[in-house]
Parts: sequence; structure tokens; C-alpha cells
Amino acid sequence: MNTLSSIPIHYYLIFCSLLFSIGVIGVLIKRNALVILMSIELMINSINLLLAAFSAYNNDPSGQIFVFFIMVVAAAEVAIGLAIVVLIYRTTHSIDINVLNKLKW
Amino acid sequence: MLTIILILLPLALSLITLTLKSEKAVRQYVLSGSVIEFGVAVAAFIQYKTSCHCNLLFTADWLSTLGVSLKFGMDGISLLMVMLTTFLVPVIILSSFSHSYSKPAVFYSLILLMEMALVGVFTAFDGLMFYIFWELTLIPAYFICAVWGGNDRIRITFKFFIYTFVGSLFMLVALICLYFKTPLPHSFDYHWLYSAVLTPAEQAWIFAAFFLAFAIKIPIFPFHTWQPDTYTTSPAPGSMLLAGIMLKMGIYGMIRWMVPVCHNAMQLYAPFIITLAVIGIVYASVIAIRQSDMKRLVAYSSIAHVGLIAAGVFVLNPYAMQGAVIQMVSHGINIVGLFIAIDMIEKRTGSRVISELGGIATKAPRLAVVFMIMMLGSIALPLTNGFIGEFLLLLGIFEYSKVFAAIAGLTIIFSAVYMLWMYQRTMLGKTNGITEEMTDITWTETVAFIPLVIMIFWIGLSPRLFLDVALPDVMTVLDYVRL
Amino acid sequence: MMDYIVFLIPVFPLLGFLILGLGYRSIPKKLTSIVGPGTILLSFILTLIVFFNFHQFTNSPTHHLFPWISVGPLNIPFAFLIDPLSILMLLVVTGVGFVIHVYSVGYMKEDPGFNRFFAYMNLFVFSMLLLVMGANYPIMFIGWEGVGLCSYLLIGFWFKNQEYNNAAKKAFIMNRIGDLGFLLGMFLIFTTFGSMSFDQVFAQAKSMPVGSPVVVAITLLLFVGAVGKSAQIPLYTWLPDAMAGPTPVSALIHAATMVTAGVYMIARSNILYVLAPATMTVIGITGLATAIFAASIAIFQNDIKKILAYSTISQLGYMFVGLGAGAFTGAMFHLTTHAFFKALLFLGAGSVIHAMGGEQDIRNMGGLRSKLPKTYWTFLVGTIAIAGIPPLSGFFSKDEILLHLYEHSVVMWAIAVMGALMTAFYMFRLLYLAFFKNFRGTDEQLHHLHESPSVMTTPLMILALLAAVGGLINIPELFAGGSWLSSFLAPVFADGAAISLPPVPVSHSTEWMLIAVTLAGCIAMIYFAFHRFVKQDNGLQPDGTQRSGVVRLLSGKYFIDELYDLLISKPLLWLSRFLHEIVELRFIDRLVNGAGNIVVWTGNTLRYIQTGNVGFYMFIMILGIILILFFNILI
Repeated sequence: MNTLSSIPIHYYLIFCSLLFSIGVIGVLIKRNALVILMSIELMINSINLLLAAFSAYNNDPSGQIFVFFIMVVAAAEVAIGLAIVVLIYRTTHSIDINVLNKLKW
Repeated sequence: MLTIILILLPLALSLITLTLKSEKAVRQYVLSGSVIEFGVAVAAFIQYKTSCHCNLLFTADWLSTLGVSLKFGMDGISLLMVMLTTFLVPVIILSSFSHSYSKPAVFYSLILLMEMALVGVFTAFDGLMFYIFWELTLIPAYFICAVWGGNDRIRITFKFFIYTFVGSLFMLVALICLYFKTPLPHSFDYHWLYSAVLTPAEQAWIFAAFFLAFAIKIPIFPFHTWQPDTYTTSPAPGSMLLAGIMLKMGIYGMIRWMVPVCHNAMQLYAPFIITLAVIGIVYASVIAIRQSDMKRLVAYSSIAHVGLIAAGVFVLNPYAMQGAVIQMVSHGINIVGLFIAIDMIEKRTGSRVISELGGIATKAPRLAVVFMIMMLGSIALPLTNGFIGEFLLLLGIFEYSKVFAAIAGLTIIFSAVYMLWMYQRTMLGKTNGITEEMTDITWTETVAFIPLVIMIFWIGLSPRLFLDVALPDVMTVLDYVRL
Repeated sequence: MMDYIVFLIPVFPLLGFLILGLGYRSIPKKLTSIVGPGTILLSFILTLIVFFNFHQFTNSPTHHLFPWISVGPLNIPFAFLIDPLSILMLLVVTGVGFVIHVYSVGYMKEDPGFNRFFAYMNLFVFSMLLLVMGANYPIMFIGWEGVGLCSYLLIGFWFKNQEYNNAAKKAFIMNRIGDLGFLLGMFLIFTTFGSMSFDQVFAQAKSMPVGSPVVVAITLLLFVGAVGKSAQIPLYTWLPDAMAGPTPVSALIHAATMVTAGVYMIARSNILYVLAPATMTVIGITGLATAIFAASIAIFQNDIKKILAYSTISQLGYMFVGLGAGAFTGAMFHLTTHAFFKALLFLGAGSVIHAMGGEQDIRNMGGLRSKLPKTYWTFLVGTIAIAGIPPLSGFFSKDEILLHLYEHSVVMWAIAVMGALMTAFYMFRLLYLAFFKNFRGTDEQLHHLHESPSVMTTPLMILALLAAVGGLINIPELFAGGSWLSSFLAPVFADGAAISLPPVPVSHSTEWMLIAVTLAGCIAMIYFAFHRFVKQDNGLQPDGTQRSGVVRLLSGKYFIDELYDLLISKPLLWLSRFLHEIVELRFIDRLVNGAGNIVVWTGNTLRYIQTGNVGFYMFIMILGIILILFFNILI
């Protein structure tokens, strides 16, 4: 508790923003679907961390409850995402998202 | 209570019809059902007359947090419209028996669904309900025309659907906008919507949105181009439903919503709108003179007639407003009669083209007589229903502006020109190859005409019953203008 | 009781119409020939009852039947007005109407549409009765339009012939043009006086100043209605065409009753017209122009019915001249006598046509005097009456109008006398060509010639009697007469007479002189006609003859029909086509479709943004988020 609150809140903010930006950049520049999924996870986790930090800082547990919710949803989402990626791989033998450009116009 | 029965009965009938198999069963069932519906409407009329000002209200909560409730009722004007709807639907169904439509269960089910939606529009005392039923009418109308229509039906019906739908969306925007201007708690109840406080600019916008929706539906020149195509292409019962009842929704909407809500804007823009309506009268009449297709000719004549009604609504005085109400009923009766007659000619000769016909009166004198009566009603001969409406409308317009009345009055000349031309070229003269084998209408077919003929002369001879029912509510509506 | 009698007058013809109309297939001809004229006879008897007890009926002249239209301050009761004027019209309509119905029984005997014919005729009489009995303008308008409809139905009675149908349609449409004027006049009356009932309107009108613009407007609009119905310039061309109908129809509708409705209406509204001197001038000029215009056309016509039709237009012109000069009694007097002698002439012409097997061209007649003696003698009476030879009825009525005209303006009097001379000429031309000299038709026609049955000749004789002695009802003071009609109608015209300035009366010697001038001219014309068409043979020219300027203009009826076709029908049809093909289809509809096409085009263009590249989508999405955040900060 002490260690957590002894670190000023804006450290968390900066750290999480960096983490989120890395996730965004990962989503934008990577062509591998798995890496993009991981980048999305990174973004979600950066937000989770921020929620937890604010929760501790404000002595309000509801933020941490949200974190649990998000983790559950994220787990489900990853499961579906991975399933889609596996299916795509089976049909196209590739997980490069640039190959998936049939659905257009 | 009767009000909600009037709405639910056709819906129930419509659903049950779908389960029936044989065409004969469907016909018997649908006809008797619609007659019962008319009986309920008559009962409602009697109840309204005897215990007046009860409005036969039905209220139930629906989306109470949003202020939307299932509120239905009838004042004099809606009562007349409901009577017209329930009166015409059995006639239309009866007249359609001379044809054998594919998938009869679906066809008649859609007609009943249409009846339910129309009654809903005329009885809704809640803005959102009005909108919902308004849009609901489009669905059966679309399918009737698109499935059982004539040449090029898909393109034409699509245009009709999109055109009127675009207009209705403007109305939805206007209703929602109005909703947020009502005093707290917001509500779609029509009294609340009437009491919305609007700045002149807001009124103008709401006026424009409402006007667009109604003008397309009626249709007022220059928003009419969907109408001749649609009337011509639809199967006969579809044309009758559209021309006889559905276009009255637009005029009814003007009286029900525009006058109480944005009367200041109406008064401000009335000269402009009446000019449009009057141009439409002359324009459509002149075009009708040279039409070769009977249905299309009647379609253009309808634009001219409803143009006069719309002009009458906008002059905002009791004569014209009463005239508009009575003329809505009369126009519905006359145009349905004309369409039935044309349908019978087409069924027997396979043609609607005026130049191909001729001499029908020698072969089918009964048809010639009823056609003549419908025509006389349509050209507003005194002692027929058309005269009462046009007389009051023109008188009201005359009070507003003598010039407009003089130009709008041209309709009585032009209507004689094109109607007599059509009658002469189709009914009179010598028979030709096409009409040589023509047979007269059978007695069962005549039965469809008899109620129409009775109504034409009843309204023409003694319109008091109909005028008196509507008068208090016409005055109430006009009171909003005076306030 | 009195109310019932009044209501029953129009009810009988209506009943007749319903019976004959509903049972037109099953009712035998014998029954029809009783029901058809019988209903009119009953009405006539009731009218006589009203006439002989008219003081009782006119005590409370308005008889309410039921309220018709009522909206707020607008109250139009279904009510009838019984006063001397309407009684006079009732007598003419039911009396002459009955005689013509009887005649029709013989004339239409062979026609397959016998029942239909009598149904229409009864409907016509019903409408005409509403017209003359109505106690307010709307009721009058019911009859006004109703007679127009019956006229349409009866002109196009033989509906297999499209020429006849065209004539019928033309009549209806031209009448409708007038009706619009009538309708607008009615509205203006309502907005001015707040009522459309005769009694209330006229009572208020009494206190209006002479020449007020609104009254001038009202009267002019009503006059437009009269012009259409009574076939005056410029709306007269339908009447000659209307001769397409069976001849009894021409006699009843297009000579005796319907076409005089305009005269009746103006006489009925005399107070309003007295208040509008400007309108009176217009009426006078229109009537005078029509009178000589139509008479000049009649001189060169060869169709027996067309001559009578133009003669009718001309005589109606005289009635309007009389109205314009303020001689309301004179106009009504001429209306009455005209109903007698013109019905007689038409029925006589019908008898001739009947005998000739449908032939109407007088160039193919001749010498019928010996073959059709009854027809000849009655026709002769009619011709003398219309030519204005004393002591027959036409002389008195025409003389009364001419006298008033002289008081009004000498120039107008002179022109009117010219018209009267033309009338004498063309009528005797007709008489001589048809009945004198040798027969010019085919042998078959000669063989077929026969006098009409007594069911047709008896009406002729009755009408001949009336045409001969009809003038007695209003013998002027000059001939030591009592002017009975003037005093009978005086209450109706009293208010108007009180307002208008009485013209300077002419001395008896001047009157004698005027009569002498007119009479001498007429006799000269008759002699001229005799000389030309009986003594010489140069009166007949076949159809194709080339003619010099004026004659060509006259025999071509001034080419008015062609002019209207060129000025109105053709441009209207052109406009119709223009509006439909250019404005409607190329402009408005394209605009609407264009709005739809814009949506389609936009979609077609913008869809290429969907490249299918997932990375690009995500880039745009994130860019969007950043932009939203950025704008959020900015605002």
C-alpha cells in the first residue's frame, strides 16, 4: 500500500500512456494477426493498470472491480480472437492481415 | 374500447387469413370480417353521436419513461376518416373478387393489415403512435404493389417507397424536435405536443418538415411524380387503397398536426403553399386532358382534386376546412368507384387504353350508368357528394383570396373536359374489335357499386350528418389559429 | 298543405325519372308514354293551382323543405320561392314541357331508347323546376348545372355517333365556363351580403349605392353564367351544335326553357343589376351584338334546325337587350312568347324531318305545303309570330323591347330593328324554301312523305294557338290593353324600379311611328324573300359553291368555331403535351430521380474507401479517435 501510494500518480499516468501507445503502434504497424492481438491486450492492460492505480489513489475499490470485469471480458475476447486467427490460418495458411483484403467495395 | 377493437380486429383477421388455404374460404372470411369491422365503426359512430365528446379514448402505458403511451381515440374528423376506411375496404375487397390473385391468403391479409394501419393513423392520439402507424401503412402498400403489380412494378414501387419514406423521416424529426419542446415531463401525447412553445424559427423548421412529409403523401405539386406511375402500376385494389384512403393521411396529418402546432408558420407561408396547390390543380388537369391510359388520367385528376383540398386546409377558415373534411370522404368514394369501373373494363377487354376502347355503353349499359354516376361525383355536379366539398372549399378559398379561388375554380371546367373526354371515347360511340365481345357487369359486381352510389347521393343531398360530426372539431382545430 | 303542393311540383318529374330510369329495360313503351308526359301534366296542374291561388302562396313566398348545407354562418336551406316571376316560369316550363312530351311520344316512337329519352326529359324538367323555384342561389345553381347535364345527355342521346357526342361535350364544357362565373358571383354575394338567399340579399341590396364596384363585379360574374347558359357571344357556339339532339329536345331545352335560364336569373336579380349600370350596358351591348350576329349567320344556313338555332340565339339576344335597357317585364314577356313560337317552330321542323325521313337540308325540300298541311299552317303561324307581324304574340313582345330600347338609345334601337328585319327575312326564306314550289328531294322521300300522326300535330296546334294569342297577356296601353303581365310581375321588379331612374316616356305618336317603321321593314323583307325564293330560282347553291367575301364569311358562320379551335383547343392540347412530356417527365421527374441518383452516385464513389486493408481501417480509426480527442480539447 505504502509503496504504491508513495509513487506519485503521474508516474502511473505516463507509464500507462507509454504502454498504451506501444500497443497502438503495434496494432498499426504489425502485419501479424497474433502480434496485433497481443498489442490489443497490451492496451487493455495499460488501462487496467491505470484503473487499479486510480482506485488505490482514491481509496475506492470500484475501480478494481472494473479491472476484474475487464480481465474476464478480455480473456473471452482473446479466446474468440485466437479462434478466428486459427480459422483464418487454416483457410489461407497465413496470418498476415494484408492477405485478408477480400471483403471490400 | 371500440377504438382499440377497430385497430386490433383487422390485425387479428389479417393473421388468421394467413392460415387459410382455399381462395374461396379466404374471400368469404375476409369479406365478412371487413364488414364486421365496418359494423364496429358504425357502432362507434353511434356511440360518439349519442354520448358526445367522450372521444372513445383508449389509453395504456407503453414507454412511460419516454412519455409514449398507447393512446387512441376519435374526434369527429378521425371518426369520419375511420368510417371512410372501414366503408371502402369491404367495397375494395368485393370488387377484387372478379380477379383471381395468386397467393390470395397473403394478398387479402395484406389488405387487412393496411386497414389496421390506416385506422391506427386516424385514431392515434400520440405523436409516436401516429408515426409508427404512418410507416406501417407503407409495408402492405409496398408488397401489394410490388408483388401483384403490372409492368416495371419493382422500379416504380421502389421509387414510391423511398420517396414517401424520405418524407416521413422528416416528420419523425419534426415530432422528436417537438417532443423536446414540450413542457416537462416530455410526452408524445398530442395535447402536450400542441402545447409546445416554439420560437418562430423553430416553427418554420417544424412546418417545413411536416409539410414535406404530408406534401409527398398527398401529393402536392411538385412532389407528385411518384403518384401516376404507382397508381397505374398497382393492382386495382392497391390503387384504390392508395388513392381512396392512404393519401387522405396526408391531409388528415395537416389538419391534425400542422394547424395546431405551427399555425403561425402556416399563415406566414400559406400564400406560397396555396400557390403551389393551385398550380398543381391547373397543371395536373391540363396534363390529364391528354392521357391515354384511363388509370393514369384518373391519377392526374386526383392530383388536381387533392390540390384543391390542400389549398382549402391552408386558408384556415371554417368553410374550407369543413369542405376539406367532407371532400376527403367524397374523393375517396368517387375515386374508388372510378377505379372499380376501370378495373371491370380492363378485366373484360384487356385494355385500359382510351383510344382502343369505345361503344361500351351499348354492350354494358349498367356499367355505363354507374361509371357516369362516379364521373358526375368527380366533376362535382350539384346533388352529388363532390359538389358539397368543392363548393365549401372554393367558398373558403374565395374568402381568403378571390384570385386563388378563380384559378382553383378552373378545376370545375377542366374536370369536365377530361372526364367527359374519357367517357366519350370509352363508353360512347361505336363498338370496335376489342369491345365487341364486352359483357355487362354481373349483379354481384354491381353490388360493389351500390354502396358507393348511395353514399354519393346521400352526401350530395343531405350532407348535414357528416358536416355536423366534424364541425365542433374543425372549430377546435381552428381555435388554435385564433389563439 | 300549400307547402306540399309546392314541393310536389318538382317531385313528380323526379319520380318519373326514377321510375323510367330504374326500369328502363323492363317498362313497356305504352306505360312510358303515360308516365313520361303524365308526371309533367301533374306538375302543370299543380302549377295551375298555385297560379290561381297565388295570393295565398305568395303571402309567405319562401317554402322550406330541409336544411341542406350549414357551416357556421353559412346556411343554405333547401327552399323554394313562389312569386309571380317563378310562377310565370313554372307555367312555361311545365306547360310547354308537357306539350313537347306529348309530341315526343309520337316523334320517338320507333327509337329503341324510348324509355331512356323520357327518363332524361323528366330529369330535365325536374332540374329546370329547381332552377326556377330555388329560393337561393345555390338551389338555383343545382338546377342550373342539372339542366346542363340533361342537355349533355340529350344532345348525345344517339351516343353511337361521335359527332353528336362532341356536340354534347362542347355544350357541357361551355356551360361549365359560365357556371364558374356563376359560382364566383355567388361567393362574392355571400362575402358581401353574408347570405345567398334571395330575400336577404335583395333586402340588403336595396340600401347599397348605385354603381358600387362590388355589385358591378357580382352582376358581371353572374352575367358570365348567363352568357354560357343562354348562348350569348362569346359562348354561343355550342347551341347550333346542340341540334344534334332529337328535335323535341331542341324545342324544349334549346329553345323554350333551358337557354332562357340566364334571362330568368338576371330578371330574378334585377335589384342587383339596377344597381350596376355598367353591367347593364355590357348586357345590352352583348345582347345586341348577339342578336344581329346570329341573325346574319342564319340567313345563309341550309339546315332547318341550324337556322332555328341561330334564330334562338338571336332572340335570346333580344331578351338580353331588353334586360340591358331595364325592360325586365319586356324580356320576360318575350321569353314567354318565344317559348311558344320557337317550340312550335322546332316541333314543326321535327314534323318535317320526320316526314322527310331524317332529311334536314332545306335545299332538298320544297312544296311540302300540300303534303303536310297541318304542319304548314302551324309553321306559318310560328313564322309570322317570330317575324313580329301583328297581332301575333311576337309582335307585342318584340315591340315592347324595341320601345324601351328607343327610350334608351336611338342607335341601339336602329341596330335592333335591323336584326328584326333579318329575322323576318331568314324565317320566311326557310318557310318558302321548305313549303313552297316543287319538291326537290329524292323520289323515295317523295313516296315516303306523310303528315305526322295526331299525337304530334295536336301539340303543334296547341302551340300555334298560344303563339297566336300569347301576346294578349301583355297588350300595352297603346292598343287599349291592360298590360296584365306587367302588373302581375310588378311586385318582383318594384324594388328595382324604385331605384332606377324612369326613362322619359315616348309619346303615343312616336310609338305609332316606330311600329310603322319596323312593320314596313318586315313586310318589305318578307316580300324580298318571296321574290327571291319563290319567284326566282337563284336562292339555292350546292355545298361546294365558291362564294364572294361577305357571303363566304356569313355562310362559314364567321369561322368562329375554327377560331376557337385555333385559339383555345389547339393551344390547350399543345400545353398539355408540353407539360406532360417536357415539364413533368423531363424536368420534375428528373429532378426527383436526380435526388435519388445523387445518393447512388455518392455511394458508388465513396465505397472505394473500403479498400479491404485492415491496417488502413485501424489507422483511420485511431486517427479518428485522435481527432475527436483533439477537438474535445479545443472546445
